Amino acid sequence: MTLGPIAFTAPWLLLALAALPILWILLRAVPPAPVRRRFPGVALLLGLRDDDSVTDRTPWWLLLLRMLAVAGVIVGLAGPVLNPRAEAEATRTGPLLIITDASWASARDWPATRALLDTMLAEAGRNGRPTALLRLTAPDDVVFQAAETWRSRLSGLSPHPWTPTPEMTDRLIDALPDTNFETRWFSDGLGRAERQTLLTELAERGPVTIHEGARPLVTLAPPVIENAALSLTATRLAAGAEQTVTVTAHGTDPSGTPRALATLPLTFAQGETEATGALSLPSEMRARLTRFEIAGQGHAGAVALTDDRLSRREVALIAGRADREGLELLSPLHYLERALEPTSDLLSGTLSEILPANPGVIVLADVGTLSAQENADLLAWTEAGGTLLRFAGPRLAASDVSRDAEAPLMPVRLRSGGRTVGGAMSWGEPKKLAPFPENSPFQGLDIPDDVRVSSQVMAQPDPILAERVIAGLTDGTPLVTRKRVGAGQVVLFHVTANAEWSTLPLSGLFVQMLERLSITSGTGEALPPDLADASWQPITVLTASGRPESGDTLPGVTGARLLTAPLGPDLRPGLYEGPDRRVARNIHDPDHALAPVRWPQGTSVEGLSRGAEAPLGGWLLAAALGLLMADIIASLALSGRLAPTRATRTGAAIALLALTLPLMAPAPAAAQDQPIPEELALAHVLTGDAQLDEIAQAGLQGLSQTLFFRTSVEPDDPVGVNLETDELAFYPLLYWPVTPEQPIPSDEAYARLNTYLRTGGMILFDTRDADIAGFGASSRNGAWLQRLAAPLDIPPLEPVPDDHVLTRTFYLLQDFPGRHMGRPVWVEAAPPDAERIEGMPFRNLNDGVTPVVIGGNDWAAAWAVNGVGNPMLPVGRGFAGERQRELAYRFGVNLVMHVLTGNYKSDQVHVPALLDRLGQ
Amino acid sequence: MTHDATLRTRAETQAARLPALLARADHLAGTVLMGEHGRRRAGQGDDFWQYRPVQPGDSRRHIDWRRSARSDAEFVRQHEWQIAQSVMIWVDQAASMRFTSSDAQPQKADRARLLALAAAILLNRGGERVGLTGHGLPPRRGAAQVARLASALMTEDAAEYGTPDLSGLKAQGHALFVSDFLGEIGGISAALTSAADRGVRGCLLQVLDPAEESFPYRGRTIFESIGGTMAHETLKANELRDRYLDRLATRKTELAALCATTGWRFHCHHTDSSAQSALLWVHGAMSGATGRETGR
Repeated sequence: MTLGPIAFTAPWLLLALAALPILWILLRAVPPAPVRRRFPGVALLLGLRDDDSVTDRTPWWLLLLRMLAVAGVIVGLAGPVLNPRAEAEATRTGPLLIITDASWASARDWPATRALLDTMLAEAGRNGRPTALLRLTAPDDVVFQAAETWRSRLSGLSPHPWTPTPEMTDRLIDALPDTNFETRWFSDGLGRAERQTLLTELAERGPVTIHEGARPLVTLAPPVIENAALSLTATRLAAGAEQTVTVTAHGTDPSGTPRALATLPLTFAQGETEATGALSLPSEMRARLTRFEIAGQGHAGAVALTDDRLSRREVALIAGRADREGLELLSPLHYLERALEPTSDLLSGTLSEILPANPGVIVLADVGTLSAQENADLLAWTEAGGTLLRFAGPRLAASDVSRDAEAPLMPVRLRSGGRTVGGAMSWGEPKKLAPFPENSPFQGLDIPDDVRVSSQVMAQPDPILAERVIAGLTDGTPLVTRKRVGAGQVVLFHVTANAEWSTLPLSGLFVQMLERLSITSGTGEALPPDLADASWQPITVLTASGRPESGDTLPGVTGARLLTAPLGPDLRPGLYEGPDRRVARNIHDPDHALAPVRWPQGTSVEGLSRGAEAPLGGWLLAAALGLLMADIIASLALSGRLAPTRATRTGAAIALLALTLPLMAPAPAAAQDQPIPEELALAHVLTGDAQLDEIAQAGLQGLSQTLFFRTSVEPDDPVGVNLETDELAFYPLLYWPVTPEQPIPSDEAYARLNTYLRTGGMILFDTRDADIAGFGASSRNGAWLQRLAAPLDIPPLEPVPDDHVLTRTFYLLQDFPGRHMGRPVWVEAAPPDAERIEGMPFRNLNDGVTPVVIGGNDWAAAWAVNGVGNPMLPVGRGFAGERQRELAYRFGVNLVMHVLTGNYKSDQVHVPALLDRLGQ
Repeated sequence: MTHDATLRTRAETQAARLPALLARADHLAGTVLMGEHGRRRAGQGDDFWQYRPVQPGDSRRHIDWRRSARSDAEFVRQHEWQIAQSVMIWVDQAASMRFTSSDAQPQKADRARLLALAAAILLNRGGERVGLTGHGLPPRRGAAQVARLASALMTEDAAEYGTPDLSGLKAQGHALFVSDFLGEIGGISAALTSAADRGVRGCLLQVLDPAEESFPYRGRTIFESIGGTMAHETLKANELRDRYLDRLATRKTELAALCATTGWRFHCHHTDSSAQSALLWVHGAMSGATGRETGR
C-alpha cells in the first residue's frame, strides 16, 4: 500500500489505529496518582466527602501524548518506506535494452547516468533479465546477455566527443532484433531529426522510457577577433532565467606550464540563448592561449580550442640595401610593412639578431648573397618549419646566387640578368598575370586587370620548374615559385617588393597572396586549396568531458574533411597541425544550431536521480519512545513528584552552570602588539610629544641603569605605554610627564588606569615646572594635570611628610630633587590616627604603597642618559649640579624600592617588639 | 527560622510608621500602677484635671493660690489620675502557622510574630506594659521587655493547632490573640469566654495564607496537616472548594459572633497583604479609635 511517497510493508497493522479511541477512554478511566499537599486548613476539610467516586480526568494533553506514542508505535511497526521502488518496475521481466546517446552532451550528466545505469543493471540482474547496453555514438550489434556482464563493463563506458549521426542511428535500427523488449533510453537532451524514427522503432518492440538530465547545456563558440579584442559567445540550449557563466582562458605561462590565464563572465539575459563578451588580452598572452572553457560544464561543447587564427605571426623583414632617405615609397619594405602590419608582429634587424627570436616568417627583400654561417642558420630555421619569403631586385639579379646550381634557399635557378619588358628600351608590353595553376595556393583569387609586371628575374628552365611555379605571367614565365625545405618552405617573388618592377604590391592581390601563403594570420578564411589534400595530424583532441588529450595515436585527416565532415570516431574535435599552420576543429558549429529535444506526447521521460528507499519505521518507533519518556516526566509532574525541591533546584542550577561554563570561559586574550616584558620594566606614558617621550625614555633608561648598578633590582629596558591600547598590569611604576599637548585619554583608558591604581600600581606625575610654579593649577601643566587626573581614583594627598617611608626605602633622603629643586612632592595622606610610637623616629604610616606621587621636579630630565650612558641634560651647575643629579637618582631608587617593597621599611617600628620577644 | 534580632528590627520598622499607641484607657479597677492613661478622674498624675473648691481635709499645701486669688473661694488643683495598662499578647506558635503557599509570602507564623511584636513596640512606646501569655513573661515596660518579647516569640510549638493560653492574663486587662484560629472552635470559644469573664477585653487577629482563602487545588490530592498527624484524601480537590470555603466562612462568622458577645474585636489578615494595614487595625482596635465603646 502506498500513501503519497510512503509505502507500508505491513499495511494491515494500520487497522490497529482504529483502536486508539478505545484506548483514549481506557486511559481516561485510570486515575492519576494523588498529589500530597501540606495544608493547614485540613481541619476544615475533615469529614467532607467526594460527590462521585470518579477521579479527576487525566489532562487532555497527556492523553494526546500517549495517543501519539501508541500511534507512532503502530505506524512504525506497519513498516513505512519513503520513496519505495515501484513493485511493477522492480518485478518486470523480459529483455531490457539500454541505449545511451553517449555524446559529448551526455558527459555533463555522466556520473549520474552511470550511477543510474548501475542501479538499473543490478536490478535487471536480480530479476534475471537479459540486457543489452548500446551507445548511440558507437552503435554495435544488439547482444542480450546477463546484466552483470554489462555491469562489470560499466566503469569503462564513457561518452564520445561527437554526436550520433543519422548513419549511426540507422545502423542501430538495422541491428535491432524483432523480438519484444523494454527500452530505456538515456538521452543527452539535444534535438536530432532521426530520434523520432528510432523512437518509433523502439516503441514497436516494447515500452520505452526516456531518462534525461536536467542540467542546462551551455556551449561555447570559438573566439573571434573583433576590434583587437577576443569576442566570445556562449549559447545555451533553452532560454530561461538570467544566468551567468564564467569562461576561463587556458594557456601556458611563459615557462610553458599550463594555467588559467584569464576569466570572463558571460551573462545570459532572461529569455536569451546567447551571451557575448569581449576579452582583451595582450598579443603576447593571446599567442599562448590554448583553449577557452566554460567553467563547471564538464563537456566538450563548452570548450573552444584556439589555433593560429588567434596568434599573430611574427614576421621579420630584412632589406638588402639601406633605405634611401626620404624615398619611402621606394623602400623595398614599404608595401610589405603596410600589408603585414595589421595582422602580424614585425621584427626588424640583422639576420643574426632575428634568427634566435624564431619568427614564423622571414622576408628577404632583394637580398643577394648571405654569409655561409647565415646561410646555414637560415636553412636550419627553414627546415624546422619557417617560411622564407624572398623578393627579387637589382641585387639579386646581379648576384650569382642560384646561378649554376640551385641554392638551398632559392626555389629555382635564376638566369643572369633578368629581363625588362615594356620599357622604353625594350620590346613588348608589360606582362599580365596568367590564371593561377591548379596546385597553387593562390587558386581562386581574382586577378585585377591593372597588375602589370615590367621587370622580373628569370628562372632557368628545369624539369622541376613547372611544379614549383605557383603563379606565372601570361607568357608562361614564373612570377612566384615555391620550394618545400624540410618542414618549411622558400617562396620567391620574381619581382621586387616595391612598385619598381611591377604594380603587384599596389594591388589587393598582393595582400591576399601573402595571406594564402600564411604569411599573415587571423583572417579566418578557409584553408588554401593546396592544403585541402594535405594530411592533418591531430595534436590535441578533446574527450567528451572536454579534457584535452594527446592525439598522437590517431590517424591524420585530409584538409577537406577537417573542415566540413561531421565529427565522428575518425574526426575528433581537437587541434590539427597541417604543413604550415594549425587548425582547431571545435564542437560548436555555427551552421548547426543546437536545439532541445522534443519528445512526442505520451513518451515517458524520467530524470536521472531516484529517491533512495528509506524505511521510516525505526524513526517512528524512536519518536514513540521519546514521547513515552516525555509521558513519564509529564506524569511525574502531574502527581507533584517533579516538584522542584531545594536539592533538585540546586542540582538543576549546577547542571545549568556546567552547561554554560564552557560558554563563559574567558576568550583567549587578544594578541598584544606590544611585547610583554619578561623582566621587571619601568614604563612611561606616551604623551604624543616626541621630544618629551624621548626624554622620558632616556630618563627611565638612566634610572634603570642606576638600579641595575646599585640594587638588586635589575630592570629590563623601559617601555613607553599607550594608555589607549597597552596593558598596564606588567609595570609597577608608570612615569607620566604632564604636557598640555597630551589629549585627555578615553574613558576605557581611565577605567584601566583606575584598575591599575587599585591593584597596586603607582603613577609618578611630573609637571616638570617646579622652576616656575608651585603646586596647584597655577601653571599650564598643573592645570592640565588636574584635568588629566580628575577621573582617576586618587586618595587625599599631602606633601611627603618627613617620616614617610619614601624617605628611607633605600637611601635616607629629605628632599626629592630632579632637574629642578624645591617644590614639595605629594603622596597619599597618612591616616589621621597615625601616631608616633614612643621611642621610634617615625610614625606607623599608611600600610600600602601610595598610588600616586605628584611633583614637578622634572626627574626624567635629570635621570636621562644618552646611548653611551652620559647625562643628556645639564643639571644645576658644577659639583652642586652633579650632587643634585645624584640625589635625583637616589629619589628614583627610593621610589622604585617603595613600589616594590611597600611599607617594608615602615615595619621597623616592630623591630623593638620583635627583639623583645626574641629575648624572652 | 528568623533570628529574633532580625524580627526585632523588622518590627521596629513597622512600628516606626505609627504614632505612639495609647491603648484605650478603660476603667481597670485594681490596677493601680501609674501610667500615662488619664482615668478621667482626679488622682495621681501629671496632667491638669480640674480645680475644685477646697474641702475639709485638704492640705493647705494643695491650694492653688494663683487660681484662688482670682476669686473669693479657695481652690485645689487636681491632676488627672493616670495609670498604665497591661496588655497580654498571645501568638499561636503551633505547626499550622508554619505554612506558606508560595515563596512570595512569609509564613503565617512569621507574619503573626511580626505583627505581635510591632504592636508590643507601639504599646510600649505609648507607655503600656506588655507581656506574653503562657511564657511566664509578665507585663513590663521598656526596651528590655521588647527584647525579651522578641526572643520569647521565637519559640515553636509542636501542637498541630494552637489554643489561646490564658495563663498570666490579669483580670480587667487587655489582650491581643494572634492565630489562624483553624483549630477546634471549642477551645477558642472557651478561652475567649473565660477571658471575658475575667473582664479582659482585646482583639482577635486571624492570620491566613491566601491559599487557605482561595483553595486553588485540583485533582486527586491528599491534604496533610503541617505536623502530619491529620490527612484527608479527595479525588477531586476542585469539587471540595466550595464546601471548604463555606466552612471557612462559617469559622469566621463564629469567631466574629464570639467576639461580639464578649466585647472583643475580630480581624482577618492575609499574609499576601501588607503587614502595615493589619498593624493599623491593631492600633485602632487597641486605642479604641475605630469605635469607642460606651465606657463602663
